[in-house]
Amino acid sequence: MGSLMTVLTNPWVIMAIKIGVGLGLVMGMVPMMVWMERKVSARFQLRRGPNRVGPFGLFQLIADSLKLLWKEDFLPRNTDRIIFLAAPIMAFLPGVLSFALIPIGVAGGNELLGPGGVMAVSYISMGLLVAMAVSSVAAYGIAFAGWASNNQYSLLGGIRSSAQLISYEIVMGMAVVSLLMMTGTLNLGEIVQQQQELLFGFIPSWNIIRQPLTFILFLVAAFAETNRAPFDLPEAEQELVGGYHTEYTGMRYAWFMNGEYAAMFTMCSILTTLFLGGWGFPGLGRLSGILHLVVLGQDIQWMLVGLITFGAFFTKVALLVFFFMWVRWTLPRFRWDQLMKLGWNVLIPLGLANIIGTALFLEYVASRFGFGG
Amino acid sequence: MTEYIIIGVFALVGILFAGAAMVFSRLAAPRFPDVGKKLNSYESGEDAIGSARIQFKIGYYLFALVFLVFDVEAVFLFPVLGVLRSAGSATASGSILSPLFVWCELLLFIAILAFALFYAWKKKVLEWE
Repeated sequence: MGSLMTVLTNPWVIMAIKIGVGLGLVMGMVPMMVWMERKVSARFQLRRGPNRVGPFGLFQLIADSLKLLWKEDFLPRNTDRIIFLAAPIMAFLPGVLSFALIPIGVAGGNELLGPGGVMAVSYISMGLLVAMAVSSVAAYGIAFAGWASNNQYSLLGGIRSSAQLISYEIVMGMAVVSLLMMTGTLNLGEIVQQQQELLFGFIPSWNIIRQPLTFILFLVAAFAETNRAPFDLPEAEQELVGGYHTEYTGMRYAWFMNGEYAAMFTMCSILTTLFLGGWGFPGLGRLSGILHLVVLGQDIQWMLVGLITFGAFFTKVALLVFFFMWVRWTLPRFRWDQLMKLGWNVLIPLGLANIIGTALFLEYVASRFGFGG
Repeated sequence: MTEYIIIGVFALVGILFAGAAMVFSRLAAPRFPDVGKKLNSYESGEDAIGSARIQFKIGYYLFALVFLVFDVEAVFLFPVLGVLRSAGSATASGSILSPLFVWCELLLFIAILAFALFYAWKKKVLEWE
């Protein structure tokens, strides 16, 4: 037992476990979300969805993955070979990588998993900035795919997508700027901690309540950044066939899809962390207090708190994912010029106004009434 | 520092994971010879006319330029905002700047940007026909 603990507390072993859990969580969620999307869309259209293979059609995901693995893998003529092969990985990686920065729970005061017991694959003080930077790399994957395919549909899809991603990245950046003014920190763990107090004694002081306009701006930008409907123009079937992945088949195509769902999962996690109180919920402090009274080993207490906070985080993320699907199967797609107009002529001016408004609010209202963070 | 190493290793593991799946698929999947037009680009079943290396609308470049302005702005705003509240609200902590001065600076910076956006808007850079 003693030797087991020395192995488990070795920093390299902890690192390996963290990476395994982080990657496993996202890669495990991707097929689940595909299954969920099919079920949700089916219910929205009064169908049943997959229900033949295994209970509730759950084994359908295994069947689909195996099918994709055993599809013939060939390069179309005149493609730019290296870029063509690198693009799926570049599109997939950012979604997974930015998930590594998100704190998914807190294990009491157990310093083993991270400073202050915050459970994140990588817990750094500039977390939010790094996450934003990493997730913006996804645009390159899509632009490269469009270029390397040597197909006019792919090219147009790729260019449209990069234009869309950079436009909405500005909106997202401005939303983060307003939020940053309120929080005063880029540390994702601290941002979650700040949201654990109660406003006026009964409202959870989540940033969605403290900064509703910022939340809306960020949410709209999140839809656009993950290429989800109503902003899924890069793959508008009616105009551009498959968009940037028209020429991709088999496993390479699968990485684009994995990337899309991984990005959606990560984006929902970021939204939860920034605006919905992350791992916390009202009453968490009291619950930990009760756990403290029940005589248990400290390790078991930490483990329980860790599991409960992770459960809270995961529930919020799952609800947001459902919301993303709900929107996809309810709203029609924007036309291209409408999309750009919404971004540049509505959301960016709103974002600028929001920054100024937040600055004035913090200076003249919040500091007087102790409302700020 | 270890936390940054973890991100690097995580990225590496991610790339290897994705690469391994593609290599596995390459080894496991059947291969069929190309008879006819299998390797042609897919353009709705028709033969592709010309290359895809075409000239596209200049508007995309203009968007990219305006984007650059705003992205650099965000980079400037992040550190400013990081210290803004301590500089703006606490004269007691030894700050020599008055709060009003700091806030006016910020507003001036944003006003210049807003003017840039307004200019691009009036020049019809942001419009698609």
